[in-house]
Amino acid sequence: MPIRTPRLRWLGLLGAAVVLTTAACGSSAKTGAPPTTNPAAPAATGGSTSSTAGHPFKVAIVAPSAVNDLAFTESMVSAVQSLKQKYDLQIAISDNQYVVSDAANLIRQYASEGYNLVIAHGSQYGSTVEQLAPQFPKVSFAWGTAGSTFNQPNIFAYQAASNEGGYVQGYMAGLMSKSKTIGVIGPINVGDAQLYVDGFKQGVLAADKTANVKVTFTGSFSDVGLMATAAKAYIANGADVLTGSSQSVVGAIGVAKAAKAAWFGTQWDQSSLAPTAVVSCQVYNWVPVLDQIFTAIKGGKLGGATYTIGLGNGGEKIQFNPGYPLSPSVKAAGEKEITAIVDGTLTPAQ
Amino acid sequence: MSHFFTYAILTATIASGIQYTAPFLLAALGETLGQRSGVLNLGVDGIMLLGAFSTYYVAYRTGDLGLALVAGLATGAVLGLLTAFMSVTLNAEQGISGIGVYILALGLTDLLFVKLVGTPTPIKPLMGLDIGLLDRIPAVGRMFFHQNALIYVAFLLVPVLGFVLYRTTYGTKVLACGENPAAADSLGINVHRIRYSAVIAGSTMAGLAGATLLINYGIFQENLTQSAGFIAVALVYFGAWKPGGVMAGSLLYGIVTAVIFQWKSLGIIPVSDADLAATAPAVITVLALLSVGRRFRQPSALAKPYVRGA
Amino acid sequence: MRRLLASESNASIVAPAVNWRRIALTWFALPLSAVGALLVGALLIAAFGSNPISGYHALINGAFGGGYALSSTAVKAVPLLLVGVGICISFRANVLNIGGEGQIAMGGLAATATALAVPHLPAVLLVPLVLLAGVGGGFVWGAVPGFFKAYFNVNEILSTIMLNLVAVQLMNYLLAGPMIDTTTPFAVTGKIPQTRLLSKNAWLPIIVHGTQLHLGVVIAVAVALLAYVLLWQTGFGFRLRAVGLSREAATYAGMPVKRTTTLALALSGAFCGLAGAILVFGGISHRMVTDGSLTGFTGSAGFNGIVVALFGGLNPLWTIVSAFLFGGLLVGGTALQGATGVPTDLVTTIEGLVVIFVVSIDFLRRRARVRAEEPPERPGTRTRTRPGLLRLMRARA
Repeated sequence: MPIRTPRLRWLGLLGAAVVLTTAACGSSAKTGAPPTTNPAAPAATGGSTSSTAGHPFKVAIVAPSAVNDLAFTESMVSAVQSLKQKYDLQIAISDNQYVVSDAANLIRQYASEGYNLVIAHGSQYGSTVEQLAPQFPKVSFAWGTAGSTFNQPNIFAYQAASNEGGYVQGYMAGLMSKSKTIGVIGPINVGDAQLYVDGFKQGVLAADKTANVKVTFTGSFSDVGLMATAAKAYIANGADVLTGSSQSVVGAIGVAKAAKAAWFGTQWDQSSLAPTAVVSCQVYNWVPVLDQIFTAIKGGKLGGATYTIGLGNGGEKIQFNPGYPLSPSVKAAGEKEITAIVDGTLTPAQ
Repeated sequence: MSHFFTYAILTATIASGIQYTAPFLLAALGETLGQRSGVLNLGVDGIMLLGAFSTYYVAYRTGDLGLALVAGLATGAVLGLLTAFMSVTLNAEQGISGIGVYILALGLTDLLFVKLVGTPTPIKPLMGLDIGLLDRIPAVGRMFFHQNALIYVAFLLVPVLGFVLYRTTYGTKVLACGENPAAADSLGINVHRIRYSAVIAGSTMAGLAGATLLINYGIFQENLTQSAGFIAVALVYFGAWKPGGVMAGSLLYGIVTAVIFQWKSLGIIPVSDADLAATAPAVITVLALLSVGRRFRQPSALAKPYVRGA
Repeated sequence: MRRLLASESNASIVAPAVNWRRIALTWFALPLSAVGALLVGALLIAAFGSNPISGYHALINGAFGGGYALSSTAVKAVPLLLVGVGICISFRANVLNIGGEGQIAMGGLAATATALAVPHLPAVLLVPLVLLAGVGGGFVWGAVPGFFKAYFNVNEILSTIMLNLVAVQLMNYLLAGPMIDTTTPFAVTGKIPQTRLLSKNAWLPIIVHGTQLHLGVVIAVAVALLAYVLLWQTGFGFRLRAVGLSREAATYAGMPVKRTTTLALALSGAFCGLAGAILVFGGISHRMVTDGSLTGFTGSAGFNGIVVALFGGLNPLWTIVSAFLFGGLLVGGTALQGATGVPTDLVTTIEGLVVIFVVSIDFLRRRARVRAEEPPERPGTRTRTRPGLLRLMRARA
């Protein structure tokens, strides 16, 4: 093999050259400052530069699932889009960013491109925001669902008191269930899924101390099959009311529908998925939070506050499915609980 | 724990396990046929994904579940043709070409879903089919006889494949091609044609597996299969290339999954251990294989393309 | 491609006459595959009503246009390169490692656990230590299926896939339980499955200020060079390739086939594990966090690395180039989405097509080789035991 060594050397040089070129190119970016070259515009599905007066307010959203997921991502994207006119927004959206390190790069990129507000819509992005905020002090970051701003002046945190809607729906479930067996399915026992599940369980027991309410976590946010299998296990145990959280509930809703069980949804209105099974859904409306954030930024405050949507400030709404034959007494009882939470006489535990 | 051993819960758990098993079983049986002819198809998961998507899309557009099923089967067949072309005609490295099909399908199905469908919209599910009065049989009635038709098809294919492989001339030819293609060739068997037919039939079953998965859930999502196709390939090894063994492996995997959920929902497994418990089907399958791994031998010519003398 | 060409000529017995067709095929097989895949991608973009040229322009600009883009691409290429190098090793031993995803996660977890256990060590010690822990985590997660394959005849496709399923649940369990952050107060929201901010002493230093280019890039390239030496300059590498060519022949020659098989998969896992450690300590967030899936942490590097290694001809050195190109494809995919509205899944689709074209086009190359080099055989039939790309690549003695 007489030619091996030179070839090795040649290729080694090539490899080294690649690194060096990269390094050299990298160093050409202004030291310390955000990169001068524009690394191409990120996905800007809602982006338009229809500013008439002055600079539009630039908002970027980075979210883990699809803009039309009927759940977490859709709730934020539609809220921001509904405020487009009111605050003269220029909106960029990067959805399906479930790879955390890719999302981190995008968040950084938006910040370096001079976006006024970067919304990191996923609790898994928190640490990224924590690390980037000091590097981009003029950019405001919002992240959620979470309750900590990491004590930094340009981070807003936002969260959903999903235990409130969970409590109300659990209360109705407790009244409705004839078998006294109610199944709750979550993805992983964290975040607003955990809150919702806890609130729901508390609500059921408040309505009926003897009810048998069981909680299962599948271990995945996306495995539709596991959710469906978990739902079947509940039906097998005689459950006649089910609820669940995450974007993988579609399989479980199908099971509820086929077994003629009732379903309570959360995050977004899911009644289109099973018009005969969905009783009601806790729908997130981030507009109250966004209003507060935009107002704060216009007033020169870039962060340092945590905002919460709940039944009280209109950020959460129990959306009844008009197609479901819910008994008026149960509905009235549910609405009574809503009122109690709104006027502060009832506070579901966290 | 005592709650678990009640009649109603046991039967319901097994029924749920059986339903969960069906897509794995269909795909694994198809893979068995292909591997018995000497072709390793590692693209099963991709074929299932594309089969599920085409089923969904046709049902979504036309509302006709029958037509949708045909679309799922046809997708499987076309991908089978592609797989056979790569593996048999082009002698491509089979493990790798299969991974190519998988990655292609993973990207393409989501791309098509986002661009052609957009908002997740459920399709009409296939309801449980009661076969005559069989589901009224005490003890086993509802467990075995209240499932949708595709699940019956899956289990019916076990004896059918056994019959085809061991009792028909075609089956003998398939086995010959998988064990000793040169000898088969010298006996006048067209090795390429047999392998083509086995791979296309097997992939059609994978397409059906995807359709079954889809119809079970009534909706498509990105990466709907969650590696079910790879597990199906694993189950073929588990089942030692025998239809009965493959069924046993699929049932073990499916029923362990269902039992875990039953135990979670009964509170036998605490919520804090839910994640650990979810590893059980995989761990049990590997451990079970450790005990049988040495005993069985794979088809001698598996994954080895056959090239007739130049 | 000169390398591939040369590797084949080693197998020849007769000095070949100049065969331009063959040279064209061997030189251009891989680029042709890429071009073919990109053309199909262009058709898809056009079918969705967008302009493929502006789409690809955005992609290239997003990946390679300027320093920041190049540094993003290089960082993205690191896990691809490391996994790809691991794949080079296992595939050359004829072991199909499709458990890269799980091995990356286990490497990340081991590295994270180390940084949590001894956060106060000085950086000089802690950085190498966490990287080694990552190597160790991946090594173990690869050694298990390797051992099962070698000593219990358990097919590695089965066991590596199953271990991926186990790894994701272990990761979720550890990050939501024993390793969870207890230092940050969270008001209302439920817990987040992530560790606390990991010790600064374990962070991989940024080598070019103002970019994301960190030490991991240098490490990955160095590791690829080492793997090349390991494969072609050591006795172990020789045995590994011999086992890959023919287990029977290697046994006959008295080689420790079982140990070599176990080690091949374990080493492959070790490289993946290193990638996991670099993902944790070279990332922006400096915590390990899970969204419940392996992909959320790995970015599918465990699968993409297979494509990268294959496109690099299962040669660690070419894999460096290949990883950089595919890193660019992944980074540029976002820009393409911005310009055309076609989701980044297009990039995944293109990757799949590249694999399919590479393994398919290889047929033409082999046929050309057969015509050029092989003396006519006696009439009759034969089975080729390890044909294909891998065989040609392994055939370098």
